[in-house]
Amino acid sequence: MATVIELPIEVYQGPVDPDWCPGCGDFGVLKALKLAAGRLGIQPKDLVVVSGIGCSSNLPGFIHAYGVHSLHGRAVAVAEGIKLANHDLHVVVTGGDGDGYGIGIGHFIHAMRRNIDITYIVMNNQIYGLTTGQASPTTMKEVRTKSTPRGNAELPINPIALALVSGATYVARGFSGEPDHLASLIAGGIAHRGFALVDVFSPCVTYNKVNTYPWFKQRVYKLEEDATHDPSNPLAALEKAFEWGDRIPIGLFYRDTQPTYEDSEPALKNGPLVRQPLGVSKELFDRLLEEFL
Amino acid sequence: MREITIGIGGAAGDGLDKTGDTLAKTAARLGLYVSAYNSYQSVIRGGHIWLRVRLAEEKVYSQGDHLNVLIALNQDSIERHAPEVEPGGAIIYNSDKLHLDPSLIGDNILPAPMPVAALTKPFGKVQPVMQNTVALGALLYLIGLDFETAANVLADTFRHKGQAVIDQNVGIARAGYDYAREHFVPLGYQWTFTHVRRPFITGNEAFSFGAVVAGCRFYSAYPMTPASSILHWLAAHAEQCGIVVKQCEDELAVINMAIGAGYAGVRAMCGTSGGGFALMTEAVGQAGMIEAPVVIIEVQRGGPSTGVPTKTEQGDLNQVFGASQGDYPRVIIAPTDTTDCFYSVIEAFNLAEKYQLPVILISDLYLSEHPETIEPDALTHAVAIERGEIVTEWPAGNGRYKRYAFTRSGVSPRALPGTEGTLHTAATDDHDEYGILISDVYTSPPVRRKIHEKRMRKLEAVLRDLPPPTLEGPEEADVTLIGWGSTKGVIREAVRRLEADGIRANHLQIKYLFPFHAREVSEILRRSRKTICIEGNYSGQFARHLRAETGISVDDHIRKYDCEPFEPRYIVEQVKAILEGRPRTLELSREEAREVAYHYIRTQLTEDLRPGQIQRLDANGFDEPVWEIEIITRQSGERRGHLLIGAETGSTYLWQPVS
Ligand SMILES: Cc1ncc(C[n+]2csc(CCOP(=O)(O)OP(=O)(O)O)c2C)c(N)n1
Ligand code: SF4
Repeated sequence: MATVIELPIEVYQGPVDPDWCPGCGDFGVLKALKLAAGRLGIQPKDLVVVSGIGCSSNLPGFIHAYGVHSLHGRAVAVAEGIKLANHDLHVVVTGGDGDGYGIGIGHFIHAMRRNIDITYIVMNNQIYGLTTGQASPTTMKEVRTKSTPRGNAELPINPIALALVSGATYVARGFSGEPDHLASLIAGGIAHRGFALVDVFSPCVTYNKVNTYPWFKQRVYKLEEDATHDPSNPLAALEKAFEWGDRIPIGLFYRDTQPTYEDSEPALKNGPLVRQPLGVSKELFDRLLEEFL
Repeated sequence: MREITIGIGGAAGDGLDKTGDTLAKTAARLGLYVSAYNSYQSVIRGGHIWLRVRLAEEKVYSQGDHLNVLIALNQDSIERHAPEVEPGGAIIYNSDKLHLDPSLIGDNILPAPMPVAALTKPFGKVQPVMQNTVALGALLYLIGLDFETAANVLADTFRHKGQAVIDQNVGIARAGYDYAREHFVPLGYQWTFTHVRRPFITGNEAFSFGAVVAGCRFYSAYPMTPASSILHWLAAHAEQCGIVVKQCEDELAVINMAIGAGYAGVRAMCGTSGGGFALMTEAVGQAGMIEAPVVIIEVQRGGPSTGVPTKTEQGDLNQVFGASQGDYPRVIIAPTDTTDCFYSVIEAFNLAEKYQLPVILISDLYLSEHPETIEPDALTHAVAIERGEIVTEWPAGNGRYKRYAFTRSGVSPRALPGTEGTLHTAATDDHDEYGILISDVYTSPPVRRKIHEKRMRKLEAVLRDLPPPTLEGPEEADVTLIGWGSTKGVIREAVRRLEADGIRANHLQIKYLFPFHAREVSEILRRSRKTICIEGNYSGQFARHLRAETGISVDDHIRKYDCEPFEPRYIVEQVKAILEGRPRTLELSREEAREVAYHYIRTQLTEDLRPGQIQRLDANGFDEPVWEIEIITRQSGERRGHLLIGAETGSTYLWQPVS
């Protein structure tokens, strides 16, 4: 194995400063992503950060790497296309809970089924930030928001449990208030071969007055500190996924080694598609034409 | 020119397509030209499937509009199609099961009953579909096709099933052939066989093959008729051709994946039909905005909504034009024939990459699914591949790379991820030259104006790259027929027939719908004496586009929206009516009234009935003229009642059984 030459965080300094509200949890995620990439020694040119639409989805503009700032809910699909076109690239998707668990949930589930090698970081603030504070798929029941003035009537999605039953092979949860711990989870996800979900509690200080930094600080504990937790056991992970209330676990829930989608794709055997020559040989052309005769 | 049209009718599951395929391939190998059309339905078993195979010594441009020989695989098909068989023709059917009522056929038509059970007996227990093979054998004899060639086709078709199956099929076909030779007089077709081997191919196969030749490396799709056969062909050849073929969870994923792949630097394509395209539309604009090349094939079927899934229409033009909010550069091409499908896809990839934009190929079920023979050298692997400007290195002295650099052409040299020194974000929010958003914090009206102009400017260069349409036929003509996309062949054929009838017509077929050659088209049409726009939709979507682009309102229209393809005779009749100033009516014709009666019988009565005598009544108390249709028993012809159908509304007003 090649020795990893770590890169300082400044290498990923983006062209513009984030436009997030002061104190927004997303700052911690951005920093953690840069730290993680640096620890893995990933050259900016080999990193593609793909996002959808939302406050959090603005992240690719704030990091020195390739980026695609795509459509609301479609980032995972775009990322899959990029990965299949050039599987030498590190492809990281960043976005919000509305983007990923609302409008984009179909792509999310199917990408996990495929175990395609991308890392998906969801900045889960349990609210729609950019559209100024409506309920999101992870807003807790009964919470009042602009769109649920009488209290949210729906159950929140459990992204960790959903990922576990959908085939994700790396399932973790971090907290913006713990950027170093978060960086190690993200680094683990990028280094992992297969689909990695890193759900991050990333408080929206402007619109979510319930799930605040203090709210999380009081509750979160690290799975790594729980000696009984075995991240190779899916059922134990599922049990942890349902822990919610006074104590909420963060850390690595589950990790498993499985073949990736790219492994099963014959067209990728000779290296990335993007490096395959275009056009067909006369011989192949004739063989294909013969089938029509 | 000698030609013949053979119709094969039966239910889904009767195996018509295999029979049609063997017939078509046999004729093609003998050097005849073939054009076929399968009028099928969204059922796996049952229903009415009607396959028409037209063979000729010269190129034919449509599936035609007449019937010389009918192979009926069920009673329904005999009754529905026997009256269409032209004098000198024949009707081949399994006389063990079906019967041909002599009142259904005109003079000089050969009934060719085949005792299928007796003929297949020597071959042991055989599948019911073997009646097709018996019929095929008889047909070969009746129309003078070479048996050995057909035997070779059967051998190729069943090779993978082993010699026993080949022997059985060839033996049964031979039995049919021999029986016909002993019992019937052949129909007198004397062909000149050139034995020139021509590819027999559909539009979707041509799209797929063209994509391979163009270097497509990524194809994504979600199954939807009539685009699915692109997915099937490419999936079957993916490994051999080094293509990733991805069936996605929905059309949203389909196009977004293709855009991701295109952005990352491979030639990427996706395909769908109208409903799927509706889901894709937001992303089409995204490709325009982030300037990612992508090719989209939209194969129209009857719409709106889920519509008529297995039938053809040209009704999605408005949708394709309307795809996505805002203005953005894109190219819309409507391939005009099977060979053109192959080259259009190659051209689409070149345009998509050169100009970094989405290119939409708009086809339809007819063009995409009907097979025909094309010239042996029509397709070539030696095509130009133009990728446009791609930045492969960016020395430090160049300054910061601008992904969306403002250039005179509107094209900014593209860098692919992984290239040192060219880092940027491709943003679907509007952005500046570097890709930095101008939608929020750094909002800048002049920057927005300039980037928008930069993007839209590409269209000027695209238009210069595209050849303008040309007029076919004499400059001086009584009438100019205008069509777009798939109708080229049938209009061309109609023009020839008009000529034969002493009407001078010329023909303008439009392939490049957007950007549009407004000046050239205007010049042509301003010289025309009378213009008629022909299209397969209700509202004249193309005529509207033409008016918007040129200010020219065509003089008249021929439109069809029953979801069956145009036939030359229909166009000829309509053109004559227009030129003679005869009123054209939307009333149900006699044949259509009969079809409505069939529909009523199927859905409301019992399968042992069929329509008999039909007459039109003017006054009857229903507020409109009606067709009175006798309903009789299939077996005995006994009258069972009558059905009254409104001639204007098509309403099935009354079913009156004989009491
Ligand atoms: C198709 C579509 N629907 C709606 C929107 C409007 N929209 C933009 S961001 C957003 C939600 C953002 O919430 P989330 O994904 O949780 O991100 P956050 O802003 O909280 O980080 C919505 C609904 C859109 N851009 N596109
Ligand atoms: S609105 Fe909320 S999510 Fe958006 S930037 Fe502000 S704090 Fe962050």
